[in-house]
Amino acid sequence: MTDTLDNWETICSVDTLVDGTGVCALHNGEQVAIFKVRGELYALSNYDPFGKANVLSRGLIGSEQDTIYIASPLYKQRFSLSTGACLDDPETTIQQYQVRAHQDKVQLKV
Amino acid sequence: MTPEKIIVVGNGMVGHKYIETLINHPQYQNYQIITFSEEPRLAYDRVQLSGYFDGKTVDDLMLTSSDYYDANGVQYIVSDKVVAIDKAEQTVTTESGRVESYDKLVLATGSFPFVPPIEGGDGEHCLVYRTIEDLEAITASAEQSKTGVVIGGGLLGLECAKALHSLNLDSHVVEFAPRLMAVQLDDTGGQLLRKKIEDLGVHVHTEKATQSISAGEHCRYRMNFADGSHLETDMIVYSAGIRPQDQLARDFELAIGERGGIVIDDHCLTSDDNIYAIGECALWQGRIFGLVAPGYNMAKVAVDHLTGGDSSFTGADMSTKLKLMGVDVASIGDAHAQTEGALTYSYIDDAQGIYKKLVVSAEQDKLLGAVLVGDTDNYGTLLPMMLEGMDLPEQPQSLILPAIDGQEGGALGINALPDSAQVCSCHDVTKGDLIAAIHDGATELGELKSCTKAGTGCGGCSAMVEQVLKAELENMGMEVNNNLCQHFEYSRQELFDIIRAKKIKTFDELLAKYGSGHGCIICKPAVGSILATYWNEYVLSDDHIALQDTNDIFLGNMQKDGTYSVVPRIAGGEITPEGLITLGQVGKKYDLYTKITGGQRIDFFGAQLHELPMIWQELTDAGFETGHAYGKSLRTVKSCVGSTWCRYGMLDSVSMAINLEMRYKGLRAPHKVKMGVSGCTRECAEAQSKDFGIIATDKGWNLYVCGNGGMKPRHADLFAIDLDDQTLIKYIDRIIMFYCRTAERLTRTATWMNNLEGGLDYLKSVIIDDKLNICDELEADMEKVIDTYECEWKATLNNPERLKRFSHFINSDATDDNLAYVSERGQNRARIATDTERQKAAKGEEIATLAVTN
Repeated sequence: MTDTLDNWETICSVDTLVDGTGVCALHNGEQVAIFKVRGELYALSNYDPFGKANVLSRGLIGSEQDTIYIASPLYKQRFSLSTGACLDDPETTIQQYQVRAHQDKVQLKV
Repeated sequence: MTPEKIIVVGNGMVGHKYIETLINHPQYQNYQIITFSEEPRLAYDRVQLSGYFDGKTVDDLMLTSSDYYDANGVQYIVSDKVVAIDKAEQTVTTESGRVESYDKLVLATGSFPFVPPIEGGDGEHCLVYRTIEDLEAITASAEQSKTGVVIGGGLLGLECAKALHSLNLDSHVVEFAPRLMAVQLDDTGGQLLRKKIEDLGVHVHTEKATQSISAGEHCRYRMNFADGSHLETDMIVYSAGIRPQDQLARDFELAIGERGGIVIDDHCLTSDDNIYAIGECALWQGRIFGLVAPGYNMAKVAVDHLTGGDSSFTGADMSTKLKLMGVDVASIGDAHAQTEGALTYSYIDDAQGIYKKLVVSAEQDKLLGAVLVGDTDNYGTLLPMMLEGMDLPEQPQSLILPAIDGQEGGALGINALPDSAQVCSCHDVTKGDLIAAIHDGATELGELKSCTKAGTGCGGCSAMVEQVLKAELENMGMEVNNNLCQHFEYSRQELFDIIRAKKIKTFDELLAKYGSGHGCIICKPAVGSILATYWNEYVLSDDHIALQDTNDIFLGNMQKDGTYSVVPRIAGGEITPEGLITLGQVGKKYDLYTKITGGQRIDFFGAQLHELPMIWQELTDAGFETGHAYGKSLRTVKSCVGSTWCRYGMLDSVSMAINLEMRYKGLRAPHKVKMGVSGCTRECAEAQSKDFGIIATDKGWNLYVCGNGGMKPRHADLFAIDLDDQTLIKYIDRIIMFYCRTAERLTRTATWMNNLEGGLDYLKSVIIDDKLNICDELEADMEKVIDTYECEWKATLNNPERLKRFSHFINSDATDDNLAYVSERGQNRARIATDTERQKAAKGEEIATLAVTN
């Protein structure tokens, strides 16, 4: 279900996401982890470069001072949801995706 | 170079200490050791002998093993007594006629119990208390007796009375002196100890000299006392002191003291330059030392002298602290105030049964001695004060007065102790040693104890080790707080109490009222666990799902490639052939790597997210439930086959294991909990390495607690013996709930116990004596958990909304294309795809399964 009009791909309805958790979307052949935290949406690559597996959508969300992060379920490295930067290794940043809630749908920018 | 040949006569505690010290010496390769024992076994812990009657086995008491001696090239000959020494030829001869030559001979022959010459006092049921064989004789005699008497009210006599008491005999102590423990205690202390022991049901008779023993009217014997009174009894155990075992030295003309004992110099050498004597057989400056610590010290000095050192034995402090039949007793230095001009301070609390006395110098500036009965917490600070000659505070009485209305009692803090003060006498650890270890990073109590060994002997100094730790962390400017994390300024225990008291049911409510921020990977799972323990709601409900860590969130154990393992519950390890076939079919259908676990279950690996509901549908249809292998919760209860099949089984360990597993399944705890049930002392279920170990005896169940395998193995502690089914379960209910309430997050019971102030005794007082008055509550909380159990997988399968999450993509039925495998021994196992393979997979190519040929 691709909405080419605005170059946003609709993934699922916003209600499908439980607040404080993530899901994984197949988007342009890539795995994208989408998270909902207190109503806000975030999207990052689903690939954990440390554990080398597609698991980040299944991690635990937390905050360190003002940074909201996802912690990998494998070895617990934390990645900022708003920048993709790894909090535990300054060398590593994972890809971010643009995501929005549009008419109760979760959409990723194509 | 031919190694020097050392013969150690006697393999008791001190003889073994000598051997162990020499083995650990850097020059050990220059020596060859042979040791002889007249007893049928190698060294065991005579100090803990009474533990034999509390369920400890001979193995528990052993200090060494043939394996250890073999590995270190020590030759050992048991059940063969050395009967002759040829000093000129430097040989010894044994009872069996064996002759061995030596370069150096070490006599560690110990002592023997003194049996007073009493007319008629050598009957079949007149025994002594020193060796394991003696204990076996006492046990055998007790089986044919109703009443038992111990002659001698000293330290060992009271230990022995406790043994008779636990053998269910009507027990008496007969003492010649006017009070118990006459050497260590004064009149007031002796009276209080007597009262406490009598309250326990042991009869005490003081100032009684036994003149003769004749046939009794109601019992086997009648003891006739000098004052004309008498006492009837079926058995008698002599504990009237010890005498040095110096016969060998006497026979072969080494210098002997007037009242016995092999004379030694400061290096533990006897009158022959090639012969040492150490331990209770040795006489130093006219004194025999009947405690183990000075014996150990002599062993070290003798090894040092042998290897060219010049350390000296300089006598020993005979201060003692012990628990006699549950009564705390301690005696320090000049307990009888015999020093000229000595003054005393004393404090008596009849209501609580506490007596404390300080003996101070005429100038009131130094501590000379002390007596403590009923409360020995001060021992740790008073002993170094006396030994180190520290200055007393201005009002010495403050040292023994209790804290009243929030004021500090025991005025002198731990900071006042010098670094040289010995904290742990069992392992000779000083305050300075502890501080060095703390600075090296041992900032947790359990860690500090294991790296210094402090507090791991008799455990008497544990509280003091903790005080040193706390004080030093404060001195180092480290904030000692046990806040859960930056989002909650409360400890886990405080949060548990808040959740109970305020009836809080969700993380969000707790965070809003008592925390800040969003929470984190520490507090979310920790609070999730507390909520699950207390309310036991479905962990994947909207309120709780975001709290669950890696494994709980999909009710499976995530493996390195992001797939899951599946472990159905196989309670007690019992499974029907049909059940096994079902499991085999499921494993085959989903191509799962299959392995038997250490906990007598079956583990399937490699299940993908979308496969989990299908697999569990088949398993639950066949009657299986989730095994909670993913949860910080009860895992398995391992069992041996027990009395149902085994020739040696005492009780039905399988049924008990299943009962326990079904009772506690699903209970969320601070960490995983494992149990084991063995049907007899052969212990095939390895229960003593579990959090809860249960072993059947001929009288019921013995309960062991807080054991652990893994990285830091910990042997479980014996908690209670001979329990019936109901009491066993009641105790386990209480302990688990108490653990859930008070442990830090992710703390196994072993670490919890290591850090528990007061240790095993404290836990017993909470669980058995209900010291905190919470047992009813603990049991009720446990009942609530048991009553609300549901299989989480069954609940999930019935929840279509939740099942949507069990798909790799929320917007596609495709699966993860990065999974890679190796085929080995007929099964596939996971491997991590290379970057090239991943790139190819992104273009639609499949990742090849590699084959390993063996």
